[in-house]
Amino acid sequence: MSSRKPYVRPKYWNEPEMGWYEKAYLFEVVRGLAITGGVFMRNMAKWMTGRKGALTSYYPEETRPDYAIHNRGKHILTQRPDGRPQCVACNMCATVCPAQVIEIDAAFDPDDPTHPKYPSRFEIDYSRCVFCGLCVEACPEDAIRMVKETPDFPGVDRDRMWAAREELLNWQPAKDVAKPYPVAGGTPAGGAR
Amino acid sequence: MMQDLSISIVYIAYAMAVLLTFGAILTWVERKQAAIMSDRIGANRAYVRIPFTQFKIIWLGLFHGMADGLKLLLKEDFKPVAYDNLAYSLGVWAAFVPVMLVFAVIPFGGTLDPGRLFPSLAAWYGGRTYPMQIAPIDAGLLIVFAFSGISIIGAMLAGWSSNNKFSLLGALRAGSQLISYELVMGLTVLGLILIYGSVNMVTIVQQQSGTVLGVLPAWGVFYQPFAAILFMTAAIAENKRIPFDLPEAESELISGYFTEYSAMKQGMFMLAEFVEIAIIAALFATLFLGGYNLPWMNDAGLTLPGGRFIEMSHGAVVVTQVLTFLVKVFVLCSFQILVRWTLPRFRWDQLLAFAWKFLLPLAVVNLVVTAVAVWALT
Repeated sequence: MSSRKPYVRPKYWNEPEMGWYEKAYLFEVVRGLAITGGVFMRNMAKWMTGRKGALTSYYPEETRPDYAIHNRGKHILTQRPDGRPQCVACNMCATVCPAQVIEIDAAFDPDDPTHPKYPSRFEIDYSRCVFCGLCVEACPEDAIRMVKETPDFPGVDRDRMWAAREELLNWQPAKDVAKPYPVAGGTPAGGAR
Repeated sequence: MMQDLSISIVYIAYAMAVLLTFGAILTWVERKQAAIMSDRIGANRAYVRIPFTQFKIIWLGLFHGMADGLKLLLKEDFKPVAYDNLAYSLGVWAAFVPVMLVFAVIPFGGTLDPGRLFPSLAAWYGGRTYPMQIAPIDAGLLIVFAFSGISIIGAMLAGWSSNNKFSLLGALRAGSQLISYELVMGLTVLGLILIYGSVNMVTIVQQQSGTVLGVLPAWGVFYQPFAAILFMTAAIAENKRIPFDLPEAESELISGYFTEYSAMKQGMFMLAEFVEIAIIAALFATLFLGGYNLPWMNDAGLTLPGGRFIEMSHGAVVVTQVLTFLVKVFVLCSFQILVRWTLPRFRWDQLLAFAWKFLLPLAVVNLVVTAVAVWALT
């Protein structure tokens, strides 16, 4: 004969008090099934009638409707009225960037005596960007901004997550409140460089 | 002889195709249904791209099952230095094969008369008829229980031969759980046997084609509502799915008795589980929901509650019966998935207490009441 006492499960201070209704288990099971089944039927009816029956969204194909208007999404480089980049390659954004993701190569443009310095290369590494917006704050020329849309994530590779100058210069607003902007769709006058 | 063989081959091919298709489709159904139940979209990224174009066929993520199957087939078949290699290899098959074999005695349609269906073959078949059932055995229901008994051995062999503590614990749990719930399952079905007076599945289905209380179809679920609930509960426990998935509880035992199995061997356990969902659905439909028949239907046609008889041609009857059976099985599979994504897992002591202190007394009471009622009425 063993002298071990049988195991007694400890009583907890918040031990649930169950009546016969809960203890019978079956009724509560039916209630649970009714809840989940009801949700299933409701969502299924939505899907069948061509509506969306889910709270989640397709990412990245679908933009969530609840993004703030001033959401700090992907960066864009603004353009002068002739389509050249507003950026003067002063490197202030690259200097202030806490994640050090901005890389700029400056070049000299003898054709534009007022703005002879321009970025021949302007790249942002989105695999490391923290979207703090300090580059926008630091820019003295209003050349870099952040728009609502998210950058073109996801990438298959970290090397593919760099946004190049051409991509950043793609922004074509219908109207820019800050300054005149090149006409969307038309070829920029001096944007060859 | 050749006639019988040809029919048997067609039946077996049909059964294999249906079961494996259900096994494959149910993985997708389970994901999608779970997603829809919880306001999500579900797996929808796998696609097949048409060669030389950028056109991708997605079909609501139906190819995820294919991708998973391919992954399982191509993975390294890692084998532990098992304590018992023979048992280790046998375990998979002992778990998978009985599940498939159970379908041999489940009728998936009424009586087939190939001569009437294809008049050009009438002379060859010579007026023979075949019940749509692979093995027309009188002891049908007993065979079902015999084979589900073998699948216990599969789980225990797999767990024991893996030489892993988690597997062994899973096998112990599987053994005690399956034996407990098989008892409940057998007792619930005894009531049905008393009412129908037969264990032949075809007879059971044929007896459900009448009308009871004027309107209701004479389904087993109306004769034995308690037995239906108990049977479904015990069957889900037999299949070791949530809320009864203690033998493979991830948070406690990794994957329980098949922890040490990899690649397609693990896939076979999964496939066996999904095929068993379909088998349970087929059994439940046969025993409680009128099997392959529409309500009030028999092999000749429909007898509506008012007494009106609608005659159907043999071809129409066969097609209706086969489709009805598939639809019933699918709906019941979906119900099992609903249960799986609704209820939380039992604790181990609760699980056994539930079987022995709650389900078993209820099953016995149900059996006694049924026996007294049958004795009083005859």
